[in-house]
Amino acid sequence: MKATVHIGLKPGVLDPQGKAVADTLGRMGYGEVEAARIGKVIELDLEDGLNAEQADARVKEMCEKLLANTVIESYRFEITAS
Amino acid sequence: MKTAVIVFPGSNCDRDAQVSLAQATGTEPAMVWHKDGTIPDGTDLVMIPGGFSYGDYLRCGAMAANSPVIAQLHAHAARGGYVLGVCNGFQILAETGLLPGALVRNASLNFVCKPQVLKVESANTAFTSAYAGQDEVTIPIAHHDGNYMADETTLDTLEGDGRVAFRYAGNPNGSARDIAGVLSENGRVLGMMPHPERAIGGHEGGSDGLGVFESLVGAV
Repeated sequence: MKATVHIGLKPGVLDPQGKAVADTLGRMGYGEVEAARIGKVIELDLEDGLNAEQADARVKEMCEKLLANTVIESYRFEITAS
Repeated sequence: MKTAVIVFPGSNCDRDAQVSLAQATGTEPAMVWHKDGTIPDGTDLVMIPGGFSYGDYLRCGAMAANSPVIAQLHAHAARGGYVLGVCNGFQILAETGLLPGALVRNASLNFVCKPQVLKVESANTAFTSAYAGQDEVTIPIAHHDGNYMADETTLDTLEGDGRVAFRYAGNPNGSARDIAGVLSENGRVLGMMPHPERAIGGHEGGSDGLGVFESLVGAV
């Protein structure tokens, strides 16, 4: 099984890297870019045959405890068969 | 006064912390390796030094905050023990939840490394009493992720309860309300981005950092 965790800064949290990327895209001629936000994707390989509900709860716990800092970040994830 | 310094892989101010604590207290601190070390019984102050623990992987301080020694740190803080986190140490304390808020990338995106003038917000704390009558001190900063963030309610609470220990005079990193150092609710845990252990009157220049350690010696 595989869990794919997407982590991004919460709305309102300044993202200077995103701003630098958006500014550079603008300078490159992509004027339609109004903003960019940079996040992270973490892929977790999980044991096969886990109970889906349990896997969901465990990955949520991993996000809360380590993968995301919920003071500044939000996260979402999906679990797939691999 | 018994002190300890927690050392993580990637800590690089642990020796400076050791020298500062030895100089201020007259006794060598216990150097505690994060993985299998023990905070000795009767420790009054635990210092979390600066550096780049775990290479700043994932987020600054995130791995260190989940390291084996952290359970002992929580127990020490719960007993009312003193904790001083400097730079990466501040980031780690924020990640553990012992201090509110978070430290994110500097607004300029630049690593800043320079002597920094700080306003001493209150000399009525265990970490700042030696600065009584001194409105400003100069203590070096050296960080890439020192931009302090918290929600407005938290910031109001910190200010209202006198838990902002230091503010920047001339904000170098975008920190909310120019905050450079914050205290826990009981006033016994301080996190600050500037490095007092790099200004103790030696070859590094400046001695304004000594006051933090002298204040603690007075408080314990």
